[in-house]
Amino acid sequence: MNFAKNRTVSTVPAAKTGLPVWMMGLVADRLRADANRLLAFLFNQGILDEQFLQLQQLRDESSPNFVSEVVNIHFHESEKLLRNLRSLLMDREFSGYNKMGIHLNQFMGSSSSIGAKRIRNACFAFRAASEQNSRAGCLRALELLEHDYCFLKNKLHELFQIQQQRVLAAGARYPMQN
Amino acid sequence: MAAQGRHGGRKSNKMTALVVDDNMVNRTIHHQLLDNLGIENVAVGNGKEAVDIHCSGKAFDLILMDMDMPIMNGIEATRKLREMGIRSMIAGVSTRSMEQEIREFIEAGLDDYQEKPLTVSKLISIIRKIN
Repeated sequence: MNFAKNRTVSTVPAAKTGLPVWMMGLVADRLRADANRLLAFLFNQGILDEQFLQLQQLRDESSPNFVSEVVNIHFHESEKLLRNLRSLLMDREFSGYNKMGIHLNQFMGSSSSIGAKRIRNACFAFRAASEQNSRAGCLRALELLEHDYCFLKNKLHELFQIQQQRVLAAGARYPMQN
Repeated sequence: MAAQGRHGGRKSNKMTALVVDDNMVNRTIHHQLLDNLGIENVAVGNGKEAVDIHCSGKAFDLILMDMDMPIMNGIEATRKLREMGIRSMIAGVSTRSMEQEIREFIEAGLDDYQEKPLTVSKLISIIRKIN
């Protein structure tokens, strides 16, 4: 089929997908809907807050992957912090509430900065337990934090995968503009 | 003729900033925020590095200072910079929100304080206070 006369799409089927180009539009629409639905879910459930949108607005041409890059830095740092927190709490001669506070501040600051609202709130609860010198309370708070962190990580990876597929779909749909 | 800035000797009219934060996520975000506003900026990881960079002769129009940092925290670094005669705008940026927690920080010599996360509008409100 030749769309060249009336449309600005290539007449060559998208080689990577094997789909005809006209269908790529439907794929792109569906991916956009999937991404919006996932984001809406994350906001409605209080997992993310407005700061995540602020982060998206910092993207520009020179740093199109800014959000995923920052979030991946956050994940890398968070995993170290969670390991440190668990290690402190599991220590038989535990007395490290001060040190725990330092790790928590780090985690809280970084989570706030990417808009990870639920994780930030879990950190507040953890901090409260550590200020009461409650080891049991801290353990419970840590388990909740680990759970919320894993959930967020999975969802954001899913979001970034959808966004990556959108970029690929757009590239396949418009490989060459005359 | 080279333009003289607030600190003399600088050859550019472009505003400059120093980001002081031990957290890489925050350093990255604050750097991008400043970059997008056309502000040249450098990031360091604690208060001692902030003092050292000033001792090396560098000067900045704006310092974004985190409070809780290892080696030298934001309170100590702010106090030290003021003792050194640094008159740059120093804005404290931290997750702390309780008055008693931030009072000591403000009294160390801050010009402004903003609760994290830092946003474009908060940063602009800080920059507007710079003469």
